Amino acid sequence: MISGLIGRKIGMTQVFTEDGTMEAVTAIEAGPCTVTQVKTADKEGYNAVQIGFGEAKYISAPEQGHLGKLGSFKHLREFRVKDTADVELGYRVDVSLFQPGDLVDVSGISKGRGFAGTVKRHHFAGGPKTHGQSDRHRAPGSIGAGTDPGRVLKGQKMAGHMGDQRVTVKRLKVVKADPDRNLLLVRGAVPGAKNSLVEVRKSEAGD
Amino acid sequence: MDISTVIETKPKEDIPEINPGDTVRVKMKIIEGERERSQTFEGVAIRVRPGGAGANFTLRKVFHGVGVERTFPLHSPRLEKVEIVRHGKVRRAKLYYLRQLSGKMARLKVKSRAKDEIR
Repeated sequence: MISGLIGRKIGMTQVFTEDGTMEAVTAIEAGPCTVTQVKTADKEGYNAVQIGFGEAKYISAPEQGHLGKLGSFKHLREFRVKDTADVELGYRVDVSLFQPGDLVDVSGISKGRGFAGTVKRHHFAGGPKTHGQSDRHRAPGSIGAGTDPGRVLKGQKMAGHMGDQRVTVKRLKVVKADPDRNLLLVRGAVPGAKNSLVEVRKSEAGD
Repeated sequence: MDISTVIETKPKEDIPEINPGDTVRVKMKIIEGERERSQTFEGVAIRVRPGGAGANFTLRKVFHGVGVERTFPLHSPRLEKVEIVRHGKVRRAKLYYLRQLSGKMARLKVKSRAKDEIR
C-alpha cells in the first residue's frame, strides 16, 4: 500500500471547524502521482515504491530510459512500503489516499536563512540592551572554560548556516482532502517556501 | 494554484455588506459550559477587514461608561444573524478616533436614505 504523495506547498490560510473555532492550515497541492518503479526485498533488498510528480518539459535520456512510456516527471521520490503486492507500475495515486482526521508527516526543504547568528539559529538570549553595553546585544557569550580544557568543546552552538535542509514535521492532522482539485489541507505549518516540494506521508501509529 | 483560491468564500446571503460607521446588531451563538445560547451585541463598526476566510469586523459600543470593542469573524459558523441598524456617515475607513471621543461627540451622522439608494 502506498503511504505517501509528492506535492507542492501553496501557502497558509485559515479555516473554521464545525464548532466555530479557527484553525491555521497549510494548503498543499498533492499529486496525482504515478508509480514509476517498484522495489522489492528480493531484488533491491527492501520494499519501496518510487513515484513521479509534475510534468517535466525535458528529461534526460537516462531518465527517459528509466521511465519508458510512463510519461515525464519533474520529481521522483521513493517511499518505503511494507509490501509491494498491491502496487504495479503506472498505478496512479491522488489525494483520496488521505481522509480528514488522518495524521500525516510532511517533509520539505526549509527556507534558507544564510549565515545566521546564535540568536536566530539557536535562540540564544543575546546580551543586555542597556547598562553601557556596546557591540554585545547579539553576541553569543562565553563559548567555554579557560586553560582547562583549553579548547572549545565539539558541538558548541555557534553562528553558521541555517535552514535549507530537510525537515520533517510529524503528526499533522488532515483537515481536508479534495481529489477534484488535488488539494490537501493540513493543520499547522509545513517546512519550506511557497511552491517548494513537500512529501506527505501517513504517520505511523505510535510514531 | 494560488492560496487565495484555496478556500472559497462566497458572500453569505443572510449577511449584509458592512461598512465602517454602520451601527450593526450581531447575534452570535456562544457555548457556556454545556449549554448553547445566543448573545446579541450592537455597536458601531469601527473597522472592516477583508481577507478571505479570515475577514472580520470590529464593533464598538459604550456600556455603562466603559468602551467595549468586539471583533467578529465574518465567516464564522457561530454568527447567527447580522443586521444593519443605521448607516453612519463617515469619511474614513478606520474609525479609531471614536475611542478618544465620548458622549455627544461620539455620535455619527446618519447617511441619508436617498444616497443609499443611488449607490
